[in-house]
Amino acid sequence: MKTETSLQPLSQVSRTKRSLWRTMIEQRYLFLMSLPFVALVFVFNYLPLWGWTMAFQSFKPGLDFSEQDWVGMKNFIAIFQEPQFYLVLRNTLAMSFMALIAGYTVPVLFAILLNEIRFAFFKRSIQTISYLPHFVSWVVAAGIITKILSVDGVVNELLMWLNITDKPIQFMAKGEWFWVIVTLSDLWKEMGWNSIIFLAAIAGIDPELYEAATVDGASRFRRIWHITLPGIRSTMMVMLILSIGWLTSIGFEKQYLLGNSLVLDYSEVLDLYVLNYGIGMGRFSFGTALGIVNSMVAITLLLLSNWIFKRITKESVI
Amino acid sequence: MKYRATPGSVAFNVFLYGFMLLVGIATIYPFLNLLAISFNDSLDTVRGGIYVWPRMFTWNNYEQIFRYNDLLTAFKNSVLRTVLGTFLGILSGSMLAYVLSRKDFIARKPVSLFFVLTLYFSGGLIPVYMLMRDLSLINSFWVYILPGIVNAWNVFVIRSYMDGLPISLQESAKLDGASDLTIFFRIILPLCKPVLATIGLFVAVGQWNSWFDTFLYNSTNSELTTLQYELMKILSDTQAGDSSQARLGSSEFASQVSPESIRASITMVATLPILVVYPFLQRYFVKGLTLGAVKS
Repeated sequence: MKTETSLQPLSQVSRTKRSLWRTMIEQRYLFLMSLPFVALVFVFNYLPLWGWTMAFQSFKPGLDFSEQDWVGMKNFIAIFQEPQFYLVLRNTLAMSFMALIAGYTVPVLFAILLNEIRFAFFKRSIQTISYLPHFVSWVVAAGIITKILSVDGVVNELLMWLNITDKPIQFMAKGEWFWVIVTLSDLWKEMGWNSIIFLAAIAGIDPELYEAATVDGASRFRRIWHITLPGIRSTMMVMLILSIGWLTSIGFEKQYLLGNSLVLDYSEVLDLYVLNYGIGMGRFSFGTALGIVNSMVAITLLLLSNWIFKRITKESVI
Repeated sequence: MKYRATPGSVAFNVFLYGFMLLVGIATIYPFLNLLAISFNDSLDTVRGGIYVWPRMFTWNNYEQIFRYNDLLTAFKNSVLRTVLGTFLGILSGSMLAYVLSRKDFIARKPVSLFFVLTLYFSGGLIPVYMLMRDLSLINSFWVYILPGIVNAWNVFVIRSYMDGLPISLQESAKLDGASDLTIFFRIILPLCKPVLATIGLFVAVGQWNSWFDTFLYNSTNSELTTLQYELMKILSDTQAGDSSQARLGSSEFASQVSPESIRASITMVATLPILVVYPFLQRYFVKGLTLGAVKS
C-alpha cells in the first residue's frame, strides 16, 4: 500500500506532462527486463494453444496446415464412444478424490499434533524428517515403495511376523490395491510438506488465548477444538479451494512409475492415456482432443468449487 | 504452560510421541536402508538382513556404477541442467518480479495478466510435443532449459516479497540518478536473498528430479540422458519381472555387483545432493511457502 501512494505522483507527472513515448523510453530497462521472458512464455505457453486445432483435424505430421483434413467434432465423438475412456476417467476421478481427501485432512491433523509436542528438539527433528520425501523424485519414491511392498519387503515381513498373513501379499500386482497404494505413497511423500502452511497458521495464533483457556481449566482437546481449529479456519478454507483447483492435475508420474501391466485397468489416468494413444500410437488428433476434454473437466471442477466456496463464505478465490 | 498429569493426558502423550516416532521412522528408514545397502558388499547383501548399517563395508558398488559410461554422462547432464536451469530461473523470476512490483511501469497490468493466465491453462501434452518438434528441440539439451525458464508462480512469490521492501531505498537511488537496471542489481537483488534461496531450491529440485522430459524428448540419444531417467529405466526393468539381470548383465556392469546394490547406489547418487542441502534452507522455504500461499 505504501508503494502505491509514494510512486503515484511520479507516474501522474509522466502521464500528463510527457507523452507515452517518452515514458516508454524512460522505462526502457523495465521493458528490456521483461520482454525476453514475455517472448519465451508466448512461445512455450501460448503457442501450444494453436495446436488445439489438431483436435478438429485428421492431423498428419508431414502436411502443412492448409493441407490438413478438417473433421469437425469427429475426434471428440470418438473419445466418448471408446469404452476405455470411461475406465480411464473413473481412475482419474477416483484417485483425484482420494488424493484430495487424504492429502488435505492428514496434513491438518499432522500439523495440529506436531504443535502439541513440547520438546522443541524432537518437534524440529520430526518436522525436518517429514519434509525429506518431498525433495526426492517420484522415480526414487516409486523405487522405495516398490521395494518395501515387494514379497520380501519390510511390510510383508512385518505382516508375517505379526501373523496377520501366512504368505506374502503381492501388493503391486493387485489392481484393487493400486488406488490405495498411490494415495498412501502420495501421503508419505507430501504430508510433512503440506503441513508447513498449517503450522505457520497455528504459529500465528495469539498464545494468550491458550493461556487464558488453560487458566479456565480447558483440556487439551478443548483447546485444540476451540482455539487451534478456529484459528486456522481461513487457511483451511483457502487450501481446500486450492486443492480442489488442482484436483485433475494429479499428473501421471506416480501412476506411470508405480503401475505395471497387471494393474493397468486401475492405473491408467487421462494423461497416461493421452501419452499412450497420442504419442505412442501416433494418434495426434485423438490425443489432442483428449487433452482438451481433460482441461474442460479441470476447469469445470475449479469453477464448481469456487461457486460452492462463494455460497458458503461469500468470498471468491479466482 | 503446565499441565496436570491426568491419565487422559498421559495416554495422549504416549500416543502423540509414539505416533510421531512412527512417522519419523517410516520416513527415514527406507533411505537409511538404501544407504546401508549401497555401502555393503554386494554378495553379502543378497543374503539379506541389512537394515540401517552395512555389515561388510565397501566402496565397490559406487566404483562399479561410475564405470558405466551412460551414468557418468547422465550425472553430468543432471548437474548441468540443474545449475543452468536454476540460474536462469532465478534471473527471470527476479527480473519479472521487479518489473511487476514497479507500480509506475506502464505495461504492468497487461504483462501481469499475461503471466497470471498461464497458471490456469496449458496446451496439453501433444500440442507441446508438436511445438518442441517444430522448434527442433527434440534430441536437444535445450529442451531441459528453455520451456521452464519462466514460472509464473515463482514470479508472484518473489514479487510479494519485493512488495514488502521499503520503497524509500529505490526512491533515493532514483534521485541519485541510478538507472532501473542499477537499482535492480545493486539494491533489490541483494535484499531478496531469502526468497531467492527458496525459489532457487524449488527450481533446482525440479530440475534435478525430472525424468519425463528425457523420456519424452531425448530417450533415443544416450548423450542427453539424465540421472533420474537412468534410474527410472533400471527400476522399471526390475518391476517388469526380473529381467534386470539380463539388462544389467549385458551392460557394462561387472557381474559381481547385484542389481539390488546397483539400484541402491544409483538411488543414493540421485538423492544425496538434495538431502544434504535442504535442511540448511529450511527456515527460508518455510517462509517462502507461506508467502506464496497467502498471495495466491
